[in-house]
Amino acid sequence: MEVVKETEQNEITVNRKNSYSPMKELWEKWKRQKTALWASFFIILLILTALLGPYITPYDPYKADYNATLQTPSLIHWAGTDEFGRDIFSRIIVGTRISLTVSFISVGIGALFGTLLGLISGFFGGRLDRFVMRCCDIMFAFPDLILAIAIVAILGPGLSNVVIAISIFSIPSFARLIRGATLEVKELVFVEAARSMGASNGRIIRKHIFPDTISSLIVFFTMRIGTAILAVASLSFLGLGASPDTPDWGVMLSMGRDYLGTSSHVVIMPGIAIFLTVLAFNVVGDGLRDVLDPKV
Amino acid sequence: MLQYIFRRILEMIPILFIVSILIFYFIHLIPGDPARLVAGQDATLEEVNRIRENLGLNDPIWQQYLSYMQGIIQGDLGVSLKTGLPVTEMFANRFMNSIYLTFASIIWALIFGILIGTISAVFKNKMPDYLGMVTAVSGISVPNFWLGLILIQIFSVQLGWLPTGGAEDWKSYVLPAVSLGAGIMAMIARFTRSSLLETLGADFIRTGRAKGLKEFILISKHALRNSMIPVVTITGLQFGFLLGGSVVVETVFSFPGMGRLLIDSIAFRDYPVIQAELLLFSVEFILVNLLVDILYSYLNPKIRTSTA
Repeated sequence: MEVVKETEQNEITVNRKNSYSPMKELWEKWKRQKTALWASFFIILLILTALLGPYITPYDPYKADYNATLQTPSLIHWAGTDEFGRDIFSRIIVGTRISLTVSFISVGIGALFGTLLGLISGFFGGRLDRFVMRCCDIMFAFPDLILAIAIVAILGPGLSNVVIAISIFSIPSFARLIRGATLEVKELVFVEAARSMGASNGRIIRKHIFPDTISSLIVFFTMRIGTAILAVASLSFLGLGASPDTPDWGVMLSMGRDYLGTSSHVVIMPGIAIFLTVLAFNVVGDGLRDVLDPKV
Repeated sequence: MLQYIFRRILEMIPILFIVSILIFYFIHLIPGDPARLVAGQDATLEEVNRIRENLGLNDPIWQQYLSYMQGIIQGDLGVSLKTGLPVTEMFANRFMNSIYLTFASIIWALIFGILIGTISAVFKNKMPDYLGMVTAVSGISVPNFWLGLILIQIFSVQLGWLPTGGAEDWKSYVLPAVSLGAGIMAMIARFTRSSLLETLGADFIRTGRAKGLKEFILISKHALRNSMIPVVTITGLQFGFLLGGSVVVETVFSFPGMGRLLIDSIAFRDYPVIQAELLLFSVEFILVNLLVDILYSYLNPKIRTSTA
């Protein structure tokens, strides 16, 4: 009797060990994406830097030191100093928060509205769908950055207006993506089953269709963060984003332009920060696509 | 095919119409008084009022829109508040400069993109492939204005080979075109690689190889030609990226093109120029998208019948 019990116990343990878990499978797949894995660690580091920003800077990022202007990178100032003698590395650290916050909020807003529109448009179809898609077509008539520039020109320069601009230009892309996914999912049998059981439209969208679009959403969201970081930097570089004293990466590049010939590190360092951050998001986006949703 | 093209053009007209209304309306939302801008800060109220009347700013907005559209049909895009010159005159050279720049960017992006993509596909999962794909993902991630500044530092300041800005001769186009085309080059490389890998697995390639065709001929004459459909499409679709990017790159290189003019006009709040530029950018973008659609449907007839 004892032996039988023990055997049953062992079987249960073995079954637990071999039990299928979607998260485990995803993690296994993710671990195989070596470059994306490293890039995701880098993104975690960036997020931590953004959260802890002002507490971990070696110097005060706003404090001018006229005895140490335009110093090249050294052990004292890892990324050198700018024309006011401010530590560039400290400014890059603080800039991480600005860049990530603006990008995440704006793409988040774009994703929220775009997803809602896409779900409703794809699910209900008909005139509503045609109307939403025509609105998207009109927004697609402007190249992303030109639309952002136009919006900021109307609203005035500033980071909050940059958020509005990027949110607006992100909406149609998300709407189109989620609409496409919704159109596919709504024809599947489980949606039909839910409907036949009397589930309301709202419930079907919430409980059955939306969860099925999440993987596409995550992949696209990650890829759009890279685009947003570049857009924020571009707008700031053009003088339409953050104010000139803000330690924003685009502003730092714009201000450093005048010293390119004599102190190129002023331009090189913030550029590397933008490049590596966008690169990390693009690599992770690619990796996520391979793991989650090869269609996107 | 003709029916498809006709339908796409018909679909385009209302979009263009709404886009023109939106641009016109939103430009009027920009804070500031154009009449005061023309008159200058020291002008009297009477002078400002007179200018406002002359510019037709006292008319209802729909009337202003109608007369603006009437002007556009006759080739009149208004007069710049900053220079007093007709907008069409200001656009003339700049538009062509920007077109040349765009073409130069696309050409280098196509040449290097296809080359890198092909090498990557041929040497799949080997060192050249990794290097090629690192270049590609870097090209997509690099801010084009930063790349421009770095290129200026190396090729203009240090080596003195190329000018830092302007649009005098072909040399002044090299650095802006490289900066502007880097992103598209990267996209083209990735698409060429994936499309070529698919083609290289096809039966007709195996047959060619079995017949003893040289690998170079097999790839350049047979495989590459059959892999170009997605590459052509992606090149067209990325045109918007070029238009947006040109604004930033032209600013970096002080390039006398449409993009830089837009930024200068926004700084001065030169409404007629901003309005005409936005309209032109969107018309250009819509037309290119239409061309891509037509080209794509020509290459892939399934599209013509499947899209409603």
